Amino acid sequence: MSGKDRLPIFPSRGAQMLMKSRLAGAQKGHGLLKKKADALQMRFRMILGKIIETKTLMGDVMKEAAFSLAEAKFTSGDINQVVLQNVTKAQIKIRTKKDNVAGVTLPVFESYQDGADTYELAGLARGGQQLAKLKKNYQSAVKLLVELASLQTSFVTLDEVIKITNRRVNAIEHVIIPRIDRTLAYIISELDELEREEFYRLKKIQDKKREARAKADAKKAELLQRGIDVRDQTNILDEGDDDVLF
Amino acid sequence: MALHSAIRGKLISVIGDEDTCVGFLLGGVGEINKNRHPNFMVVDKNTAVSEIEDCFKRFLKRDDIDIILINQNYAELIRHVIDAHTSPVPAVLEIPSKDHPYDASKDSILRRARGMFNPEDLVR
Repeated sequence: MSGKDRLPIFPSRGAQMLMKSRLAGAQKGHGLLKKKADALQMRFRMILGKIIETKTLMGDVMKEAAFSLAEAKFTSGDINQVVLQNVTKAQIKIRTKKDNVAGVTLPVFESYQDGADTYELAGLARGGQQLAKLKKNYQSAVKLLVELASLQTSFVTLDEVIKITNRRVNAIEHVIIPRIDRTLAYIISELDELEREEFYRLKKIQDKKREARAKADAKKAELLQRGIDVRDQTNILDEGDDDVLF
Repeated sequence: MALHSAIRGKLISVIGDEDTCVGFLLGGVGEINKNRHPNFMVVDKNTAVSEIEDCFKRFLKRDDIDIILINQNYAELIRHVIDAHTSPVPAVLEIPSKDHPYDASKDSILRRARGMFNPEDLVR
């Protein structure tokens, strides 16, 4: 299969030129894609490192936040149901921005404050300080998680794109370029073959002519020996007029 | 106006135990939309796995949610649904809960990255 797998093309000089330009194009594309893959890979590694760092940090932040929730509960009693029932509008919202790495758009999340605090009066009776601390802790946790979410989204997107790019690089390297190479080799071998054939044909014609001439000379010499001189005689059919076809 | 701002500013949704939800709600992520659908779900010990799954799927379908936070122990219950979700938005984040410490080796995202690095080596 691999020996015969080549582009269906007629072996000629023109086709050879075409194949050469295609080979050059494929090599250029391969180089560019490889560069792109490298750039993406670099970014990918960076994001991976950051994700791990942030995930560890998240563990600590969440721990602290949970602890402050316990503190708040201790001072102001069970506030769970009050909080769960009084949800109205989100105060923290997310904006999406676009980041571009080597032609790949990565979404970047950004949190922002929107509207007033719904639980402004929570903890008014007691435990206000703890609740304020709790809110602050959870807000910073949200901020961190939003950051982590954008890292993670970039990670997923980049993962996908890197896979596609690597697939393309490998396809060009292992399928397209070898196929063009094989086609080129085929064209060259066919052209050589044609040339050899042509050369042999010309040689053969020369041989035949030489043979015919030798035979005619021998005949003339024999006739001369018998006393008939035919050297000055011309064939009656030879008019010495080359242009006439019939 | 409400609809407009809902499209521009996306929400964070939470699936987790009561304390996690209360914490994040106090942080200000909670919202109940016009149809009285909250963007959070409180899971307790009586909640069926199918309920969590349905809720998670509903959050995935909502276009005003960009980030879904889910407690890792509940994420573990619906792992197949989380693994099936491959598109980048909404981003699914697994967070530690109060009584379950974070285990990096279980994370869907970090599991995808396995082979490139060893999570146990780098975390802690």
